[in-house]
Amino acid sequence: MKKLSARRRHPLAAVVVLLLALAATGGLYAVFAPAGKAQADETAQSLAIDEGKKLYSVGCASCHGTGGQGTTDGPSLAGVGSAAVDFQVGTGRMPAQQPGAQVPKKKVVYTQAEIDQLAAYVASLGAGPITPTEKQVSPDGADIARGGDLFRTNCAQCHNFTGEGGALTHGKYAPSLEDVSPKHIYEAMQTGPQSMPSFPDTTMPEQQKRDIIAYVKAVNGEDSASPGGLALGGLGPVSEGLFGWIFGLGALIAVAVWVAAHTAKAKKS
Amino acid sequence: MSSQEIPEEILPVEQGTAHGAVTVADDPFADPGLPAHKPRVQDIDERAARRSERAVAFLFTLSMLATVAFIASYVVFPVDQIVYIWPFGHVSALNFSLGMTLGLALFFIGAGAVHWARTLMSDVETAAERHPIEAEPEVKAQVLADFAAGAAESGLGRRKLIRNTMFGALALVPLSGVVLLRDLGPLPEKKLRTTMWSRGKQLINMNTMEPLRPEDIVVGSLTFAMPEGLEEDAHDFQTQMGKAALMIVRIEPDDIKNKREREWAHEGIVAFSKICTHVGCPISLYEQQTHHVLCPCHQSTFDLSDGARVIFGPAGHPLPQLRIGVNDEGNLEALGDFEEPVGAAFWERG
Repeated sequence: MKKLSARRRHPLAAVVVLLLALAATGGLYAVFAPAGKAQADETAQSLAIDEGKKLYSVGCASCHGTGGQGTTDGPSLAGVGSAAVDFQVGTGRMPAQQPGAQVPKKKVVYTQAEIDQLAAYVASLGAGPITPTEKQVSPDGADIARGGDLFRTNCAQCHNFTGEGGALTHGKYAPSLEDVSPKHIYEAMQTGPQSMPSFPDTTMPEQQKRDIIAYVKAVNGEDSASPGGLALGGLGPVSEGLFGWIFGLGALIAVAVWVAAHTAKAKKS
Repeated sequence: MSSQEIPEEILPVEQGTAHGAVTVADDPFADPGLPAHKPRVQDIDERAARRSERAVAFLFTLSMLATVAFIASYVVFPVDQIVYIWPFGHVSALNFSLGMTLGLALFFIGAGAVHWARTLMSDVETAAERHPIEAEPEVKAQVLADFAAGAAESGLGRRKLIRNTMFGALALVPLSGVVLLRDLGPLPEKKLRTTMWSRGKQLINMNTMEPLRPEDIVVGSLTFAMPEGLEEDAHDFQTQMGKAALMIVRIEPDDIKNKREREWAHEGIVAFSKICTHVGCPISLYEQQTHHVLCPCHQSTFDLSDGARVIFGPAGHPLPQLRIGVNDEGNLEALGDFEEPVGAAFWERG
């Protein structure tokens, strides 16, 4: 120590200290830097992240903060994963139009390529659910009956037995699942957007999610059959009762009036 | 204006032209009686009557055709054929044609009958006078005399043995009905206060049927669980699930406002009864941002971050919480049964 201390005024001392400090910082950085970051140096990926960051700064940062840390207007995006971005932006829910009980589905404003870039950027903020592949969400060969079972256990309480949606508290609601793409259904289960709880793979494995998607497609798809005739929105006894009271009873009253009405009389005998 | 111009004495006369009317010259509210009968076209014009006849026959013929069509569609359409019919959408061809043809067949019979009655059957109004309900005095006397005679002939007053045994038989018969009321019991005893949960029973995930592990359950997720040892095809599965059904969510321990809830949780994983305390609907409309649970039947709302306190609606009690922990294998397990009765309140609940 004494030797070192004696040379502290040496002209090269400052340079040595600087070099040591640089080495220490670099070494520490190498140790603590996120592992994903190092691999992200694949040019395409980092390019997507850069592009995504630009899009993010323009479209998202005012509510979610410049670094995705969240503000009073929007939650933090660290750890929500690319699946959440793909769902929220891909269904047009984000960017949100106005604050309110619930952000509704609307016209999509970004292209799929831009959505992928945004997703890549948000995924770089922290690990989270990853956008599923075609194969992961495909309902082909899935067990529709088992899907119905799972749907009634996990989903039907809010989304109705055939995915018609329903009301929640304070103006919130569970949206209808009609025409929702398999990918978005999968992502919603995986990430739990807005009021919806998530159903992670640990409690609902991937195959079961596919079964559920197949069931929703079977009962509420474009050409799912309604063998009983007019489904009246598939909302259950309320709409059916209303239809019965108004049209069924209305028709009966009209007939009763007709039966009891005076017949046309001859003008004068 | 106009009523004042008409001389008063002619009013009742003009109103009382139909039969059955009582005209009192001084009574301003005299019974106007039935209006004069006016004939219909069909009554005076034979050609119009024939047209009506043809119309009725046409309706009955349509009904016959519809019945034939019913039988034909039963034969023609396979049971699984789906067709698109505007505005009904994709419907079963068989169901649709059977319902439509049978409905039309019945409707045309009714329509024909009504048209027949309205245009061709007599429509002359007739008044049917009411008669007093009480019977004539002679009839009454006759009935009483007949009864007395019958009683005397049967010897009911004389043959006491027959009379008394008959009364006994008649008195005992209703007892069989009373005995059957026993089937309303037995009383539920402890069944309303206990469930299948007990200390050491693992929480089984209702999706995978595997025991749940704490690391499976992330904040914001929703999972349903049933007690270990209950088989889905067991004869009392629904009975047991009606009381033991659980919903499991994870809340950051700092966000849990209720001290007991935090103690009964495992690292923020809380297990609450899925049965509403109002009238027992299954309740799991969980909003993960607010931790509120809504009952779809009567909108009772519970705050899962505050001991499932009732924050809205008719429910009278918070949702019962199950005390959970982790066993040696790292699976979630119950640390006992619910402390309070689950589901709807009942008379003796206290």
